[in-house]
Amino acid sequence: MKDLSLHILDIVQNSIRANARNVGISIAEQAGAGILVIEVSDDGSGMPQEVLERVTDPFYTSRTTRKVGLGIPLFKQNAEATGGSLHIRSVIGEGTTLRATFSLDHIDRPPLGDMAGVVVILVSANPEIRFIYRHKVEEEEFVFDTAEITEILGEVPVNDPQVMRFLKEMINENLAALRAPTI
Amino acid sequence: MTKIKSLADLKKMKADLQSKIALREKSENPEGRVQVKVAMATCGIASGAKEVMEFLVEELEKRNIDAIVTQTGCMGYCYAEPTIEVTLPNQEPVVFGYVDKKKADDIIEKYIKTGELLEGIIPVNYEKID
Repeated sequence: MKDLSLHILDIVQNSIRANARNVGISIAEQAGAGILVIEVSDDGSGMPQEVLERVTDPFYTSRTTRKVGLGIPLFKQNAEATGGSLHIRSVIGEGTTLRATFSLDHIDRPPLGDMAGVVVILVSANPEIRFIYRHKVEEEEFVFDTAEITEILGEVPVNDPQVMRFLKEMINENLAALRAPTI
Repeated sequence: MTKIKSLADLKKMKADLQSKIALREKSENPEGRVQVKVAMATCGIASGAKEVMEFLVEELEKRNIDAIVTQTGCMGYCYAEPTIEVTLPNQEPVVFGYVDKKKADDIIEKYIKTGELLEGIIPVNYEKID
């Protein structure tokens, strides 16, 4: 994967396949502590202990179309390459939370990438799932909740190209504002 | 400082969108829509499926083709990613492999607009060797 946003796009596919209704994506950039934390949590089916132990094994997958499952192993490898880590908690019937920690300034940390594009693709391709995307830079936070969007849109589908374009711009502008120095 | 887009702006946009959608529903039936599914598992994403999907969403709208673009999982053709499945109204789905922006452009212009088949189709009878 070229950047972290693509990993997130990939990891969320696991939540979708676990029939999640609610998916949380949280990113926290903490320059003070020198870390970047990415958390994906869902209320999907969860995994039993024996599956949980094998998900970081590249030769384990729940798919039948191929014999490898590289999504989580690649993400883990990337986090560990920066001195970080990846942990997963999962409870059957309750859901799964994956947390990856990266060293923010490590030379091997991939760039964050196009988070706005990733969030918009996820939202438009899965209109039945409620996504809550939180992005924190130090103490400033931007929250994007699809429940608010669908409430405004009513019968207008969220995957209308014009809506998608608007949402992408809205997320990008808010993320830029998070990083802008406050005067 | 320029104003940041907010949910209030989305609300303002809604009236305009509603009339556009009402117009579309009146003129066409849902079965008449072209369906495009972009394979987006690890293999697809790593090969550039995100750019392909964004390209398709934008270009189909620009070229006034009533289509719905969604995502799907891995079909087992990891070697040929990004792959997309195109279903024209009342036709069997066709899977295209090695789709980049140029190929996606060809698929829109040739297959979606005129039904002309082009190179890169993964035959449905293809089976993986276990």
